[in-house]
Amino acid sequence: MIMGLLEELPAFAWILIKIVAILIPLLLGVAYLTFAERKVIGYIQGRIGPNRVGFRGMLQPFADIIKLVFKEIIIPVRSNRYLFFVAPIFTLTPALIAWAAIPFAPNLILANINAGVLYVFAMSSIAVYGILIAGWASNSKYAMFGALRSAAQTISYEISMGFALVGVLIAAGSMNFQDIILAQQGSLLNWFFIPLLPLFMVFWISGIAETNRAPFDLAEGESEIVAGFHVEYSGVSFALFFLAEYASMILISFLLAILFLGGWLSPFEGIPGLDEWFAWVPGLAWMLLKVSFFLFAYLWLRATFPRYRYDQLMRLGWKVLIPTTIVWIPVVAVLVKLNVGPWFS
Amino acid sequence: MGIIDFIFYVSAALVLGSATVVVTSRNPVRSALALVLTFLASASIWMLAYAEFLALILILVYVGAVMTLFLFVIMMLDIDVVTTRQRFVRYAPLVIAMGVILTGLLLLALKPDYFVFAHLQSAVDYGLSYSNTAELGKILYTEYVLAFEVAAVLLLVAIIAAVSLAHRKPRDCKTQQPVAQMMVDPKQRIRLVKPERK
Repeated sequence: MIMGLLEELPAFAWILIKIVAILIPLLLGVAYLTFAERKVIGYIQGRIGPNRVGFRGMLQPFADIIKLVFKEIIIPVRSNRYLFFVAPIFTLTPALIAWAAIPFAPNLILANINAGVLYVFAMSSIAVYGILIAGWASNSKYAMFGALRSAAQTISYEISMGFALVGVLIAAGSMNFQDIILAQQGSLLNWFFIPLLPLFMVFWISGIAETNRAPFDLAEGESEIVAGFHVEYSGVSFALFFLAEYASMILISFLLAILFLGGWLSPFEGIPGLDEWFAWVPGLAWMLLKVSFFLFAYLWLRATFPRYRYDQLMRLGWKVLIPTTIVWIPVVAVLVKLNVGPWFS
Repeated sequence: MGIIDFIFYVSAALVLGSATVVVTSRNPVRSALALVLTFLASASIWMLAYAEFLALILILVYVGAVMTLFLFVIMMLDIDVVTTRQRFVRYAPLVIAMGVILTGLLLLALKPDYFVFAHLQSAVDYGLSYSNTAELGKILYTEYVLAFEVAAVLLLVAIIAAVSLAHRKPRDCKTQQPVAQMMVDPKQRIRLVKPERK
């Protein structure tokens, strides 16, 4: 048995290297996303934001990490100790394993699997367990209420998100991410955000609600339930929740860019002159540009909109977003069947 | 023995172990979480059998939706551990009898030689271009279309039944009228008065 395993060790090591090559930029991205959040919201609110640590505050995220690592971990009395420690891991793991199927550039993908979309969606649906367990194991009212709110919200918005995905699958005729991107080839007008505009909006809104971000951050409504499900967590275990939240924000931004904005495709494709001019730009750069836009939109929305009330949130999910997708899926099916150009011809 | 076998044995051990914990654990929340682990491990076994669509749907539907709702309910209930433990002992003979009956029925229906190793075939790898999902869709919408439609209608009936059971008429509960709220004219709510100077 050992010999058989040893033979496959090189392939295994190669996969491990690839995983590290995805995770380190991702963690750096998370670190600087928190910095960008404080800076962007600062400027929107007429402040400067953190500017003391390093050049213009560039080392602020590392200062935050060091602070969190050296903080004491407090275990609440009569909490379920084992589950209390497992919960952050349960939240972080799904947020990280989903990255296996995400394409970054034409040939830059860890696992180009056929059911890629389904895989990412399945993994992100597990993330709710970490929140539920954290809230329950803390033995705290606020944490419990936060967990229940957050779980109910995630389940509700997962439905509209899934339906929006169905529209994309019908349009692309595949569940493979690379095939979905290639189906949008041609020019900027071929990207799916035009024929699937309602689904694009639904997916975007549900994505924000799914990650429990403002204006849908009722799960951690400070004025009502202190900080929600992670109120009892401190130090590193809190940092893991934080990490998971920002990693899934970046994941949702990647999904939006891949499914609706053509992923790594150049926006100047098919335009004579400009197409050749920008031919040297790697696909990864276009992808990151689109992702950055959605990440900025996350921060922008947070600084702009007041928080939803809980019944408004549920109403939006069940009575507005889901019916919109149910109407638009047959429309997409008809468009595909009739080969309406330029998208489906 | 390669890595595939290794993954299979690990997940098989996980399935059996966590399924045992589901039944024996005193804490219902722990049982539910063990059931989640059972589903995840069986999904990885299905994945090894090249049934990626079924494996992912198992995670999506059972882990992502069904078990979350289970956990929801269990966490809100205040379950007395001592009485559940007493019941566990009291119902044990019944449970064992049911297990024997179910196993017997299975053996009657499938015949013992169905489980002989020689009859079992290993999963066939059709290569990367083969889409499990597409093949499943083809067979589901041609050969089994009637069964599929019947199941769909049954689910619809269940949804309608659930809604009609849980639905309360607006006069029984206080609900907000979002349209009325949005149509409100400020003049109806606020009266601006200019106080007279003294």
